Amino acid sequence: MNTPKNLKYSKTHEWVDVIDESNVKIGLTDFAQKKLGKLVFVNLPIVGDELEAGQAFGDVESVKAVSDVISPVDGTVTEVNEELLDSPGMINDNPYEAWLVKARVGAAVNGLMSAEDYGEFCAKEE
Amino acid sequence: MEKKTPLYDQHVKLGAKMVSFAGYSMPVQYTDIIEEHMAVRTKAGVFDVSHMGEIMISGVDALKNINYLFTNDFSSMTDGRVRYSPMCNPEGGVIDDLLIYRLNGDMYMVVVNASNREKDVDWMKGHISGQVKLEDISDSVAQIALQGPKSEDILAKLTGADSIPEKYYTFLDNCEVAGVKCIISQTGYTGEHGYELYCSSADAVRLWNALLEAGKEEGLIPCGLGARDTLRMEAAMPLYGHEMDDTVSPLETGLGFGVKMQKDDFIGKSALVTKGEPEITRVGLRVTGRGIVRERCDVFCGDEKIGQTTSGTFLPYLNGAYAMALVKKKYGGIGTAVTADVRGRRIDAEIVPLPFYKKS
Repeated sequence: MNTPKNLKYSKTHEWVDVIDESNVKIGLTDFAQKKLGKLVFVNLPIVGDELEAGQAFGDVESVKAVSDVISPVDGTVTEVNEELLDSPGMINDNPYEAWLVKARVGAAVNGLMSAEDYGEFCAKEE
Repeated sequence: MEKKTPLYDQHVKLGAKMVSFAGYSMPVQYTDIIEEHMAVRTKAGVFDVSHMGEIMISGVDALKNINYLFTNDFSSMTDGRVRYSPMCNPEGGVIDDLLIYRLNGDMYMVVVNASNREKDVDWMKGHISGQVKLEDISDSVAQIALQGPKSEDILAKLTGADSIPEKYYTFLDNCEVAGVKCIISQTGYTGEHGYELYCSSADAVRLWNALLEAGKEEGLIPCGLGARDTLRMEAAMPLYGHEMDDTVSPLETGLGFGVKMQKDDFIGKSALVTKGEPEITRVGLRVTGRGIVRERCDVFCGDEKIGQTTSGTFLPYLNGAYAMALVKKKYGGIGTAVTADVRGRRIDAEIVPLPFYKKS
């Protein structure tokens, strides 16, 4: 499993890339995409939508099931990765390149796991 | 406790993801549903379907009884033929849909859905009469499905040409495949050319491994219930509990070909006569909007609710989202623009002909 050291992770298997103190990128982890299987559809929010930590902001679908994507942060969507709408499989191919949304956050991002902790967390979930 | 098929250990060894289905621990996928689906469309796949039930109906009154229990007509059937039929309750709803194999005039093998096996056996036992014996042999029988354009080539490596049934819905008894005694039938649930092999549970591992080994060159891979479901959906084959149940008549869900109203009395006949022309029909939906439409989504034409989807997902070979639905007949015309409610979101779809996929 691939778990880049520079990212933060949630228990619901999203990653957060802290670009600067008020901007983040959010995506799905390698562990998540493997569990979900090949994705065939993503439903994303639109620019300006509010994100609330712990709440779903979109969903991803495989042949078998639909799964919510949970926001790891409070914030406002500033950009949506439109490319994924036509090519959801990019999340499977490159989970840490295929970001879902960029967001502006008010406060410092906390309550998330380091790569090392997340690795251990996933090992327990297996 | 969850039941296991004789091939359980093989699935685990192959790294399958196991799920609970109809009381059995079954492989839902080995690698990837889409990959397994495409293998069956383009090469070959092998499925463990040993969870399916097999029931023997025998005796001099066997034919009379199956003609009464099931809606299809078996009078003209000859040895070595397979026939599909719904089995109805007195209200005309479907108890199960099944395959009937004529071994000889006094002996039939009935193959039923795993999830309905006990219900079916109880129902049949309660409604047979005369000189007839009914025996549930499911636990001693394994069933392996070999499906895909390469399936005949693979089978030919393991058995003689005279053991391969030539026509769809025919079978040969007492065949040997890789030294294992089986029934080989040219049937399947994928919409692709293929065979279903019935053997003793004790021989299942040997047969399974022989097929996997023999099919390597052709690109044969093991396939799970996930691909089985998407394949049958692409071919618009109905699944019990989805396209029909005990409240839906076979005529409403497009199975009129398996109901012979002109034959003598059968269970459900009078209700079907009374109901007359069905007011609902099974249709195919091609999703034209953005999203996946799954089962149990309300379907609308304008503002009017016209029915509900019964199955639906992303179909790998057709590379798009499709669903089947039971809708009011007057809205069921090909080309009708509809919407489906998916978690509060309306997604555009269009009624298209069934099956979605037909092998060339």
